[in-house]
Amino acid sequence: MNGFSWRRLRAMVRKEFVQVSRDRLTFAMMIGVPMIQLALFGFAINSDPKHLPTAVLGAEQTEFTRSLVAAVRASGYFDIRATPASADEAFELLHRGDVQFVIAIPPDFSQRLVRGETPAVLLEADASDPAATGNAVAALSVLTSGALRHDLKGVLAPQQAAAPFEWRIHRRYNPDGITQYNIVPGLMGVILTMTMIMMTALAMTRELERGTMENLLAMPLRPAEIMIGKILPYVLVGYVQVAVTLLGGHFIFGVPMVGSLWLLLACVLVFIVANLTVGITFSSLARNQTQAMQMSFFFFLPSILLSGFMFPYRGMPVWAQWLGELLPLTHFLRLVRGILLKGYGAGEAWPHLWPLLLFIIVVMTVGLQRFRRTLD
Amino acid sequence: MSDRVIDVEGVSKSFGAKRVVDKLSLQVQRGEIFGFLGPNGSGKTTSIRMLCGLLTPDEGQGTCLGYDIRTQSAAIKSEVGYMTQRFSFYEDLSIRENLEFVASIYQLVNTREAVDAALQNLGLQDRQRQLAGALSGGWKQRMALAACLLHRPKLLLLDEPTAGVDPKARRDFWAELHRLAAEGITVLVSTHYMDEAERCTRLAYIAYGKLLVQGTPEELVAGSGLSNWTVTGNGLAELQNELAHTAAAEQVVPFGSSLHVSGTDGAALEHALQPYFARSGIRWERGDVRLEDVFIHLMRDTADAPP
Ligand SMILES: Nc1ncnc2c1ncn2[C@@H]1O[C@H](COP(=O)(O)OP(=O)(O)O)[C@@H](O)[C@H]1O
Ligand SMILES: [Mg+2]
Repeated sequence: MNGFSWRRLRAMVRKEFVQVSRDRLTFAMMIGVPMIQLALFGFAINSDPKHLPTAVLGAEQTEFTRSLVAAVRASGYFDIRATPASADEAFELLHRGDVQFVIAIPPDFSQRLVRGETPAVLLEADASDPAATGNAVAALSVLTSGALRHDLKGVLAPQQAAAPFEWRIHRRYNPDGITQYNIVPGLMGVILTMTMIMMTALAMTRELERGTMENLLAMPLRPAEIMIGKILPYVLVGYVQVAVTLLGGHFIFGVPMVGSLWLLLACVLVFIVANLTVGITFSSLARNQTQAMQMSFFFFLPSILLSGFMFPYRGMPVWAQWLGELLPLTHFLRLVRGILLKGYGAGEAWPHLWPLLLFIIVVMTVGLQRFRRTLD
Repeated sequence: MSDRVIDVEGVSKSFGAKRVVDKLSLQVQRGEIFGFLGPNGSGKTTSIRMLCGLLTPDEGQGTCLGYDIRTQSAAIKSEVGYMTQRFSFYEDLSIRENLEFVASIYQLVNTREAVDAALQNLGLQDRQRQLAGALSGGWKQRMALAACLLHRPKLLLLDEPTAGVDPKARRDFWAELHRLAAEGITVLVSTHYMDEAERCTRLAYIAYGKLLVQGTPEELVAGSGLSNWTVTGNGLAELQNELAHTAAAEQVVPFGSSLHVSGTDGAALEHALQPYFARSGIRWERGDVRLEDVFIHLMRDTADAPP
């Protein structure tokens, strides 16, 4: 006699919606959080740091090595601060963070160059802050052909356009080599995780604290109607945040949009719902708003740390990677970066999408079971 | 369905180690205005919540509107109007929005008409656009009553509906309750006010989770076995102090310009008061035992022997 009713669900949604729209704090959060985060992260990564501390390791002092170092210096990205005597000393400098780069010129560089053997020069980069190293590394790669043009004349002139030597680039501490564009899409996931979970976690406990829960439970409403009714309005809120982040990212920071917007929006929906189910479950577990906030942060921290947003996923220990796999943000980051930057299609997106769907089913089931139908 | 709208037997509820309701048995007939009295924390709210399925009893069983209170709470919820002790509607919604929400939850066929009628009945039309949070206690209580009545419940459970409401609004509220009872709606109302207790057709008194007495106001007065003397005149304050040490005068209560003295043993009381009868400037008279005397008597008895 008391099955699921669309009409009751609609009433729940409408009521929740009116409440959200009258709650200025929620509104401020909805628009303000993406803007502030974009500004903070966006402008921070948009800076193009130059004159980065560099150590040059090389026993040889020939005209070739001198020209090479001069060319590196002339790019404007590198400041030669040290000329360590040994490789160990050089890498110690890198490890301590005294220098950002070590350029290691092999001892037989000039000899092999003259023989036309295309020797390799090693660039060790501390890529733990990829935004800092990205442009510098890019500037180096174009430097090969021009650097020694004046020194290699006559018979030494390289055949055609073949480069006389090559760069071998090692990114240390960050094998993923995240570029600046990775951050804005990631930010979208972080913002959604933070606000969606927090807002819904508070939604139910607010009813408990204000005493309105007693009335809700005294009426013929089903738990699913209450939960879904509370989730739906926030889906819209989430989309507003996505719009703010995407537009800001695209027009202010020029983040590319390679893949399909529709696919992205569909994936966003799944991710939003995943977060909302977490929030609503916290909400039915917590006894007051403080507890709900604590639970949200408890979830938020690993999400930021272990999802690959803060630290490159492949750089984490295996146990952390396993934990990361359990978090919706991990999968969403792969999805959104894949779609925006690599142009993923639906087929490529699926392997990262089904874990989110599974997550929703599991959490929603737990949440509905834990939902208290009574005040016991 | 029998005429017993509420019929529960031996219902108990504990929170942790504390037994909040202890083997409560309660029968309420159709059309009654049943008063539920007792000091704060005696378990009134908990009892009412068990009646409408918001709490599951630890033991005991019973029916509400013929539905089992343990297993059929969904059916009970759709036919009962429950007004919570604390205002439990949305303060950030207007009166009208709150009522429309409730009407849709009960799936009323014509929401707008039902809400209009409810606003009309309780004189809320002029305020329908006001946010519920901006209303005074009396208006909040009216709105809550209107919301409880929207789905035409057969039973109203009202938990201290008039706490913090001014006397005029209280009187109107009770007039409304009597009108509803006349229409055949059964009302169970918890209250602190003695004047309200006297307007009930039947009463129950609960203390420390135990039901102490149950009956019509007249039955309760008769059953208490109290005798009462009323003194008027001068020097009543000193007289009250002197009587405080008289065992047979169990209650000595100033009431307006008189003093009410009552006790369970009528003969002993009369004997104990004998010395004071001749005192000049005061006049003694046998008085009527009032409901208040009965309840204070009950409260004193339970206070002497806490569980
Ligand atoms: N959910 C609960 N958890 C723990 N204790 C409760 C709960 N609800 C009520 N109590 C306790 O039960 C006792 C009776 O409360 P209540 O039924 O509200 O009494 P009344 O309505 O008569 O004032 C009080 O001591 C109260 O603290
Ligand atoms: Mg109470």
